[in-house]
Amino acid sequence: MVELTDLTLAAARAGLDAREFSAVELTKAHIAAMDQARALNAFITETPDLALERAAESDARLAKGEGGVLEGLPIAIKDLFCTKGVLTTAGSHILDGFKPPYESTVTSKLWAAGAVGLGKLNLDEFAMGSANITSYYGPVINPWTPHAGAARGPLVPGGSSGGSAAAVAARIALAATGTDTGGSIRQPASFCGIVGIKPTYGRVSRWGVVAFASSLDQAGPMTRTVEDAAIMLGVMAGHDPKDSTSAPMPVPDFRAALTGDIRGLKIGIPREYRVDNMPVEIDRLWQQGIEWLRAAGAEPVEISLPMTKYALPVYYIIAPAEASANLARYDGVKFGLRVPGASLDEMYENTRAAGFGAEVKRRVLIGTYVLSAGYYDAYYLKAQRIRTLIARDFEAAFQKVDAILTPTAPSAAFAIGEKMDDPLAMYLNDVFTVPVNLAGLPGLSVPAGLSADGLPLGLQVIGRAFDEATVLRVGGVLETAAAFTATPARRG
Amino acid sequence: MANPADRLIAGRTGAWEIVIGLEVHAQVISNAKLFSGAAADFGAEPNEQVSPVDAGFPGMLPVLNGKCVEQAVKTGLGLDAQINLTSVFDRKNYFYADLPQGYQISQFTQPIVGKGEIRIDLADGSSRMIGITRLHLEQDAGKSMHDQHPTLSYIDLNRSGVALMEIVSEPDMRTAEEAGAYLKKLRSILRYLGTCDGNMEEGSMRCDCNVSVRKPGDALGTRCEIKNVNSIRFVMQAIEYEARRQIEIIEDGGTIKQETRLFDSGRGETRTMRSKEEAHDYRYFPDPDLLPLVLDPAWVETIRATMPELPDAKKSRFVNDYKLTPYDADVLVAEQSVAAFYESVAKGRDAKLAANWVTSDLFGVLNKRGLGIDQSPVSAAQLGEMLDLISDNTISSKIAKDVFAEMVETGEAAGAIVEAKGLRQVTDSGAIEAAIAAVIAANEDKVTEYRSGKDKLFGFFVGQVMKATQGKANPALLNTLLREKLAG
Amino acid sequence: MALDKATVARIATLARIKVPEADRDALGHELNNILHWVEQLDEVDTADVPPMASVVHLTQPLRDDVVTDGARADDVLKNAPGAAHGFFTVPKVIE
Repeated sequence: MVELTDLTLAAARAGLDAREFSAVELTKAHIAAMDQARALNAFITETPDLALERAAESDARLAKGEGGVLEGLPIAIKDLFCTKGVLTTAGSHILDGFKPPYESTVTSKLWAAGAVGLGKLNLDEFAMGSANITSYYGPVINPWTPHAGAARGPLVPGGSSGGSAAAVAARIALAATGTDTGGSIRQPASFCGIVGIKPTYGRVSRWGVVAFASSLDQAGPMTRTVEDAAIMLGVMAGHDPKDSTSAPMPVPDFRAALTGDIRGLKIGIPREYRVDNMPVEIDRLWQQGIEWLRAAGAEPVEISLPMTKYALPVYYIIAPAEASANLARYDGVKFGLRVPGASLDEMYENTRAAGFGAEVKRRVLIGTYVLSAGYYDAYYLKAQRIRTLIARDFEAAFQKVDAILTPTAPSAAFAIGEKMDDPLAMYLNDVFTVPVNLAGLPGLSVPAGLSADGLPLGLQVIGRAFDEATVLRVGGVLETAAAFTATPARRG
Repeated sequence: MANPADRLIAGRTGAWEIVIGLEVHAQVISNAKLFSGAAADFGAEPNEQVSPVDAGFPGMLPVLNGKCVEQAVKTGLGLDAQINLTSVFDRKNYFYADLPQGYQISQFTQPIVGKGEIRIDLADGSSRMIGITRLHLEQDAGKSMHDQHPTLSYIDLNRSGVALMEIVSEPDMRTAEEAGAYLKKLRSILRYLGTCDGNMEEGSMRCDCNVSVRKPGDALGTRCEIKNVNSIRFVMQAIEYEARRQIEIIEDGGTIKQETRLFDSGRGETRTMRSKEEAHDYRYFPDPDLLPLVLDPAWVETIRATMPELPDAKKSRFVNDYKLTPYDADVLVAEQSVAAFYESVAKGRDAKLAANWVTSDLFGVLNKRGLGIDQSPVSAAQLGEMLDLISDNTISSKIAKDVFAEMVETGEAAGAIVEAKGLRQVTDSGAIEAAIAAVIAANEDKVTEYRSGKDKLFGFFVGQVMKATQGKANPALLNTLLREKLAG
Repeated sequence: MALDKATVARIATLARIKVPEADRDALGHELNNILHWVEQLDEVDTADVPPMASVVHLTQPLRDDVVTDGARADDVLKNAPGAAHGFFTVPKVIE
């Protein structure tokens, strides 16, 4: 008998329909699991009472033969999504006590589909980070531990959606929402051995998602299987007139796209992703992935994305610039923390100094600088021009191929405390994921293997704009071939 | 001594030229705000017209109100300006309590409207063209009140996010009068178009004045900006004060510090704004929550087709078709509703007579009672009817004044009043002759005096005959007959 | 582009984040490293390349001029650290 918390969304939904268990039972199992795994610090706010209420409502609907796509399924929400009446912190001290008077579009859709919310998940502060170590609420611990001989303390789950990845991997939620600005869904998915997809920019509404970098942020599902990601993306996606950057594209049936048939597809292998000092095992896994796809009838094609190496510096100009303006609203006037000051400006300065963590401050200051008089052309405008070139690289590549295969991250999960002295070292975690955000394309991470230390490694599939269907299909084939069944040691 | 025709003013060291540019912030007439669905009205309870978008809440996003775009395009067309089919919204970043997002959504490098021009008319009858540099759309800020509490300022965000059109003039003006004429004409155009109500007292139209001085032929001097002047009269006063202030500084050997100033209307002076002393670095960049605004040329043309006749064109038509003086035409076209009222009166009638009655008699009543033309106690039809009675000699102009006064009081029609009060003009020569005969008979000594050369006594006789006929004698006929009879 | 202490102070003021005098050197150092690293972008020839206007190839949609929001002063004020009589309150500003 499979543990209720080990089910996939698909299996759990089927189980509810077949009356194998009730939504309340399913939720109770998860609440117990959350209890067990609290040391992971995956949650900032747990909402068990609310969850049981909603589960009961789901049972009532299911009894009538009604029920949405996610009816009765316990999921958790990255604490970057505004949830009405429920504390929303963005992992920051500066949003102390903030209970939004509105519900984000994405979570509204999930609740309307019948999902049960277990609570709000921990994250890097304002989604800025790749290790979930910058949260005001403390770091999240990766439920995976390396083999005994390699003990080096608790590991990071990746970031910024570290709480989301850890929760799904540790079986304390069936699935979770994440957001991805430079890799924040894919990289933690890779570090935690789960599936995560960043949709095409504009596919999912940003309304009610605390903004980090507006032209890069996208919300997406983090799940245990590709099929689950397809199901959840189908609910999350869709045009939102409240978001001007939301694309008026119809949402295809992503689940139906998982035919397993990729014969004749051309898969691009970008030579520039073979970076200096690339760990051998990651390169090997990448080769293995290429073979799996070839065996399934696809044709690997070497491609060139010449601007790849410039993607990270471009990102670290554009994202902080946008963030510096997006975070100007956190000023102690309308919500959150206020630290008194003798004057209005002093109040601002004190509040923001106390309210923001070190990484957020760094990025806000960088962003302010690169936009400032005299530097705008040299930094911001230059970066935006190169961004055009990066997008053109992909456009040219997609004339020749249908999807692109790369590793997700340049390493497996590292220890909390490593890479701490130099922010730049931390930024390099996103080397494979960032270009995808800059080009606005969809990117999926699928767990494909284990490192020598027994830690998960992911492979990334990148697709054409709005072609999540192909991305998911290729991902499904990788998933089948990889047969990744390992689970983390620490779990609920 | 400077020649006023050169538009220069005299300083101690010679003639100076004042260079004036005006930036007008005009609140757009629309139901909802520029980027949110909250109402854009004036006068609600604090924070009752605020969406979480306007209050800069986390995760909130702007969506552009199509009506505001239409109003901006319409205004651009009214300014004879270039409509930029592609424009971009930028964030203007700074911190202030009435700016909840910590940035204002505005347009910096690519505004929706480009270069245009308007014609201004001056008191001496001359006119000149003043260039418009650009017009762009931007959000208004909230309101802060600093005098409600000893240690706190109160913030109301109702106005936060209301659509503004910022209209920037070329620095083409040289006198306070020109600045005043520019604002008058601009306001008139905006009101004609229905894109802004131009109410400076209520703050729906605000003016920032850029003033610098130079010796004629020199390069432009350092300018100072006088912010948020809220009446045309104050704009003119502020410019004059500021120009003098700058000239004095320079003539005393000093240099002008570029700064932002406020106009103190109580003292009639400009003074430095404390909070704006350090230069702002607004770090403009395109707002990533918005996409480039692209307009369909066909849509712009449909807006052009809905444009009303504008003040200049209407004035020309009034001068050409109704043969009015430019001055009278000016007065009548200043308000679109007045012009419409006038045309309704003048149609098929003596246009000049109509103009006189509207601009002096009717306006006299409206001004005294503080009424607008839309609240006139006398309708255009009623006034027209009265003019008909003058034209067909039923009543004299003098009697008409009394009739008009009665119409204002009672709202009755002219004809009814004339009948009821028996005010019909006496045009019967016989009756007038009889009255003249009686007056002559009763004043033989004066008749003698008149006949011996005292021409001034003619007025006395006119008065006596008028009195005898209760003012109803037709004045022209009276004059003719009286002269005859007095001549002997 | 080296950030000296004075520049760090100026940027901190623009961003309204108090950076104590003692921290300015270290912060400047960190920021300098990042800025130095991004300078590699100068290698790229971007003549005639337009800056990206939007990654989604669409233009700005318009909304109808209908009042759909507001009349919720309570919602707007209930998270405020300082509020009185329906207003937000802040330390007094002298203009």
